[in-house]
Amino acid sequence: MALPNKPKGELNAVVDPEIVEHSCDVLIVGGGMAACGAAFEITKWAPADMKIILVDKASLERSGAVAQGLSAINTYIGDNAIEDYVKMVRNDLMGVVREDLIYDLGRHVDESVKLFEEWGLPVWKKADDGSNLDGAKPAKTLREGGAPVRTGKWQIMINGESYKCIVAEPAKKALGEANIHERIFIVKMLLDKNKENTIAGAVGFSVRENKVHVYTCKTALVACGGAVNIFRPRSTGEGKGRAWYPVWNAGSTYTMCAQVGATLTMMENRFTPARFKDGYGPVGAWFLLFKAKVQNGLGEFYANSPAVKDELAKFMPYGASAVTPTCLRNHLMINELKEGRGPIYMATDVALNAFLDAQRAAGKDEKEVKKFWKHLESEAWEDFLDMSVGQAGLWAGTNTEPEKVGSEIMPTEPYMLGSHSGCCGIWTSGPDESWVPTIDGPRSHQYKWGYNRMTTVNGLFTAGDGVGASGHKFSSGSHAEGRICAKQMVKYCRDNATFKPELAQTAKELADEIYAPVKLYHEFKDASTAADVNPNYVKPAGLMMRLMKATDEYGGGVATYYMTSGKLLNICLDLLAVMREDAAKMAAGDLHELMRAWENYHRIWCVETHIRHIEFRKESRYPGFYYRSDYPTVDDENWKAFVNSTFDPKTKEWKCEKVNCVNIIETTPWI
Amino acid sequence: MPSYVDPSKCDGCKGGDKTACMYICPNDLMVLNVEAMKAYNQEPDACWECYSCVKICPQGAIFVRGYDDFVPLGGQVHPMRSSDSIMWTVKFRNGNIKRFKFPIRTTAEGAANEYPGQRGGSLDDENLLLEGNLPNPTKLA
Repeated sequence: MALPNKPKGELNAVVDPEIVEHSCDVLIVGGGMAACGAAFEITKWAPADMKIILVDKASLERSGAVAQGLSAINTYIGDNAIEDYVKMVRNDLMGVVREDLIYDLGRHVDESVKLFEEWGLPVWKKADDGSNLDGAKPAKTLREGGAPVRTGKWQIMINGESYKCIVAEPAKKALGEANIHERIFIVKMLLDKNKENTIAGAVGFSVRENKVHVYTCKTALVACGGAVNIFRPRSTGEGKGRAWYPVWNAGSTYTMCAQVGATLTMMENRFTPARFKDGYGPVGAWFLLFKAKVQNGLGEFYANSPAVKDELAKFMPYGASAVTPTCLRNHLMINELKEGRGPIYMATDVALNAFLDAQRAAGKDEKEVKKFWKHLESEAWEDFLDMSVGQAGLWAGTNTEPEKVGSEIMPTEPYMLGSHSGCCGIWTSGPDESWVPTIDGPRSHQYKWGYNRMTTVNGLFTAGDGVGASGHKFSSGSHAEGRICAKQMVKYCRDNATFKPELAQTAKELADEIYAPVKLYHEFKDASTAADVNPNYVKPAGLMMRLMKATDEYGGGVATYYMTSGKLLNICLDLLAVMREDAAKMAAGDLHELMRAWENYHRIWCVETHIRHIEFRKESRYPGFYYRSDYPTVDDENWKAFVNSTFDPKTKEWKCEKVNCVNIIETTPWI
Repeated sequence: MPSYVDPSKCDGCKGGDKTACMYICPNDLMVLNVEAMKAYNQEPDACWECYSCVKICPQGAIFVRGYDDFVPLGGQVHPMRSSDSIMWTVKFRNGNIKRFKFPIRTTAEGAANEYPGQRGGSLDDENLLLEGNLPNPTKLA
């Protein structure tokens, strides 16, 4: 047997990759819902000679958070008032949000959903008798006034196994296959050599051939999702892949935009979803469609207890809403667990049998009840099979039948994202309309500077998980936000027609930087008989574990029930500073490992912004997502404000600042 | 729940420049070993079990075995995906089997309308394609 000091994988990396240069007007970085929305919309506004390129780390058909499918679309306004959508998002995210961005999203999102249905996505409908029709049954479309099956006020049910394939198809057709560069991982955005604070391109590499790709562009959209595997997950073996959020999202959006000077906002926000334990199956349909309740280990349905009501009263006005904010729901669950009243169960058995009892009470005979049960059972399993098959696999492996026994739920490790029940991200301009507040000061304080969803860097746009302080977009809202960006980028190109982007670094310099882990590997690989243990370098897999250990123990991970403090956060920042130094010594022997190395750079960077923001904010804004022991309460008087941070690419210094938060929609009544 | 390849079924997509599983995996996990002309999952602990490779494999050669750190052996969830529906077979550890079939698409593959040639209106307002007049917020603070 040969010694194990050879590259892993099948596609070895060479020291001197080929360099390929591309020039375009518009560059779309990412391949998820937002990028597909942008690709579809932009061809409706772009002049015929405008060159548009989309670059995707994966394959458009199944890239992004919707790769696996979804069983629901969580944002569809329908007959609701958009103002109520703003109020819901504002309350769920504990008050500190950009109401202009949320309202704006609310007025575009339904058109995306109607397009999805037209493209072939099956949307459940209400039949005249009140029963649910699956999306393949003949019924009026949403555009024709068909009634979707609402689970909550904003959610609708779909048969969404092929959701992403369906949305990718018209995006691909609109741009043309030749303009979609798949399996190229963009790792750095590039500023213009001559014009201050202006985007001019991006650089990345192929994960399939030894090629570095350098792009120049007049404007770019960066929409590559949030960040996963930044805190130690609850499963650290094979199950590490069963992250709740897509495991390939490495914080690239935040890092790449921050590194060129884009102001970030609310990076202290994180999402720590409560999900079915280990399989991370979704809970939304169980709570909303099946009306299931959570039960503690003593069998108590604790959610409506007097003690819980008293606890929620500490967080007013947020705790008063009919739907308790997501972080506070976690907070209540964590209190049960800390008091030793775990585990927490989703009482699937109670919920499903309540439906059957209702059928019997309505006079249905056992044959009819059985037929009803078949349909209900199918709906229950579809929820997992559409979007979290692993949970179905866990039930199969453990002989779990949800009608007979409840399943444990558990708060997961923290994630960073801006499109779900979280709102970290990049500070962007709102629409250039009179109702959006005009605020003096630098862009990092303003609400609008000419181009909707443009970051504080000229020509750099973001969408979906990228846009901060406006969560609850989900899949449909991310698509809509990509469409918003598309039109704005065309407008930006029109207004800057004479701009000729020029990169500050040569293509060769960029290629050397990107392939540094490969060069390091080849320089030192023979200093050890084992490829992964070498005093001259660290492998990406090992460094990722170091990152997750530091954040878990000092940054408020599951190890401490999400508790941290100023003292612990500063230790974490010290560890991250050393980690950044060691990140420059990551080695990669093959192309897949080179991708992992760059993902880790992105992770380490974006986690640092997260820790910096939590440290700066001297309160605990999101109890249940994280706590500061030194500032344990929500302090609206001093901290109902954004925390924005900006990295200066010239001086390499960070600046954190408190920024005023404006309410646009009435605050009385709050909900 | 990492995916794995049954060597008796995998034909390496007959040595094309990329296999179906390599083409589709969102996390770049599936690779082809050219000597053996078989694919494999190169990083099982980074597998999201999204089943993209399982669904696309033309030979039906890819399956999923539950994560060994929390799923007992013996269960299996396996799909058969056609152009308009998907049939799932759920086999429990105790041998019980359930089957579920769901629609996945109401139009033919390739038929999604990208609105070719259709143009938007003015670049200087916020309206997107197909949208009428946009509302402004009421109930202001």
